[in-house]
Amino acid sequence: MTSYLIRNVQILGGAAKDIHIADGVFQEIGEGLTVEADIDIDGHGLIALPGLVDLHTHLREPGREDAETVLTGTQAAAMGGYTAVHAMANTFPVADTAGVVEQVWRLGQEHGYCDVQPVGAVTVGLEGKKLAELGAMHDSAAGVRVFSDDGKCVDDAVIMRRALEYVKAFDGVVAQHAQEPRLTEGAQMNEGQVSGELGLGGWPAVAEESIIARDVLLAAHVGSRLHVCHLSTAGSVEIVRWAKQKGWNVTAEVTPHHLLLTDEMVRSYDPVYKVNPPLRTAADVEALRAALADGTIDAVATDHAPHPAEDKDCEWAVAAMGMVGLETALSVVQQTMVDTGLLNWEGVADRMSRRPARIGRLTGQGRPISVGEPANLVLFDPAYRGAVNPDSFATRSRNTPYKGMDLPGRVHATFLRGKATVLAGELVEL
Amino acid sequence: MKRHLVSAADLTRDDALLILDTAEELAQLSGRAVKKLPTLRGRTVVNLFFEDSTRTKTSFEVAEKRLSADVINFSAKGSSVSKGESLKDTALTLQAMGADAVVIRHHASGAPARLAQSDWLRGSVINAGDGTHEHPTQALLDAFTMRRHLNPGNGRDLAGRRITIVGDVLHSRVARSNVHLLTTLGAEVTFVAPPTLMPIGIENWPCQVSYDLDAVLPKTDALMMLRVQRERMNAAFFPTEREYSRRYGMDGIRMAQLPEHAIVMHPGPMVRGMEITAEVADSPRCTVVEQVANGVSVRMAVLYLLLGGAVFADNAEPARTETNEAAQ
Repeated sequence: MTSYLIRNVQILGGAAKDIHIADGVFQEIGEGLTVEADIDIDGHGLIALPGLVDLHTHLREPGREDAETVLTGTQAAAMGGYTAVHAMANTFPVADTAGVVEQVWRLGQEHGYCDVQPVGAVTVGLEGKKLAELGAMHDSAAGVRVFSDDGKCVDDAVIMRRALEYVKAFDGVVAQHAQEPRLTEGAQMNEGQVSGELGLGGWPAVAEESIIARDVLLAAHVGSRLHVCHLSTAGSVEIVRWAKQKGWNVTAEVTPHHLLLTDEMVRSYDPVYKVNPPLRTAADVEALRAALADGTIDAVATDHAPHPAEDKDCEWAVAAMGMVGLETALSVVQQTMVDTGLLNWEGVADRMSRRPARIGRLTGQGRPISVGEPANLVLFDPAYRGAVNPDSFATRSRNTPYKGMDLPGRVHATFLRGKATVLAGELVEL
Repeated sequence: MKRHLVSAADLTRDDALLILDTAEELAQLSGRAVKKLPTLRGRTVVNLFFEDSTRTKTSFEVAEKRLSADVINFSAKGSSVSKGESLKDTALTLQAMGADAVVIRHHASGAPARLAQSDWLRGSVINAGDGTHEHPTQALLDAFTMRRHLNPGNGRDLAGRRITIVGDVLHSRVARSNVHLLTTLGAEVTFVAPPTLMPIGIENWPCQVSYDLDAVLPKTDALMMLRVQRERMNAAFFPTEREYSRRYGMDGIRMAQLPEHAIVMHPGPMVRGMEITAEVADSPRCTVVEQVANGVSVRMAVLYLLLGGAVFADNAEPARTETNEAAQ
């Protein structure tokens, strides 16, 4: 197995040290290491972070391989510094059986660009009516621990209660897409000043907040773990903060785009900004950043949602919702959280690696950069500045809102258990 | 003004007055035996209607034909669109056929804006109503009608005039376009509707908001009633048709509260008995039929100015062409 010596790299933004990687683990970390390695990397100016873990990725395979495959999605993940992703269940067929989750998991294993941990559907066909075979998915080779109907809300309170109770048997967590369906009928963007002016159906904040409020109460009632997907409003933050103060087992995530973009962008009617949940107001963005900084929000999750050109190069009303995000996430977090002084690199490692791994119960991920630990690592160049060029993306789709935008930072290298998946900013042929 | 007319907000005061003044000149044509000008001879205008609309479509078609344009009517029903063709491919097809302008009516808010901003089409895009967003030529014909009654004369605006717009503001593209244009022309706009039919954030629009029609009527120079779709009742926007009519309908008693010079307008089609009683609709103060006639003149003016070689106020002086001469 190839060994690496990374010289003079800042670990989590701390002191510059050398890192020796061999046999899949960190062999030595120190100053002026003299070991021989197959590949030497000049780490000057780079920051070493533990490999990132995404709780919320849409890999589209099986069923929509025109948008993304497990191979291209995990390559995009590697380019973004990720060493593990949770693959959402809304595929065709839906990942609601042991067979489908095993298929996705095995594809991840074969391609080797990052660990793929399938998310199992909560209900059969994501229809919200009948529990899927949660235990069989957990007992499969994929070992599913996160269950979600993401894209749809488990809006039936009884089904949600039963799911929360049931997964306790194997330490599972239900990740809820909080969207009250009646309040969002015909909704196309955040309900507010802009939707009123544009004549687009409004998606009120309360449609998200009312479900989160119900779910934290249900989770507390049955003593289960609840994870709230992609928080987007200041009110949602307050509910999660309240639940945590109560000591309930509730975690939450925010997407990079909800940390940066607002519903003002929709004025262009450019479907690249159409996303679920919708882009909210500047006040919401401020609240989300503050909550990520103080730990109320546990994790940054990309909600990487690739769509082929024809699903976005159309009028707003018929465009698909979602945007790709794996390859830009760390840059957006640097711009919104680090460069603003809200979070240091230690905090970034916590919110983008350690805590997501803990929520997903991925024991080999989100580990410290310490001797003997599995060498899941990203080397990041925070001084880099450049316009985002979607043509250079590894993901199969190009639906990014950041095209042409100057974002800071770039992933220089990514290592999955000691094997480089990205070197010098380029994918490694595995 | 830009190459397209997508939103009434795109119009400066000078643009708007140029359109209204041009429409006044073109309106004289309707009194002639031969109602035709050679202005757009050799130019191709496509009426691209994704949504049924007899009134607006006919109005544009009459305007186009009076200016001698080659007119192509492209209806979504029974066309390639009903077979799943995208707006982009439809636009590329029209581009390939040499469309100089596309008049688009679409059920989705933003579709004309998307068309105008894309590189799918080189011609002008004229918004003939998009979803619940805008209907700028309706606002122009409304302003044209108001000016004729309240402040007639070329070069004049609606400064100080008080316009009340009543009904389903939330779903009304007419209301959205009117608030932009009327305020640009100096008018004071008040919306009256139940709170359920007011858009979120309306407090930041350049208008007043009231839930009490009777309180507003004595201070109104022009009263515009909006259509209320009956299906709104099923979505609980208001309890019953009768309750809506009692609180927000226009009848003879309410008409008596208006100042003597005030006019009653409606973009049509009217729901008699609910929004407006026959007594009001058929009164000489009601301008519904006049609005339809004015619609043709205003749409001729827009097409003439966008396609006839002239440019609007913020770019340069209008070009004096053969077609300009013919209009005088």
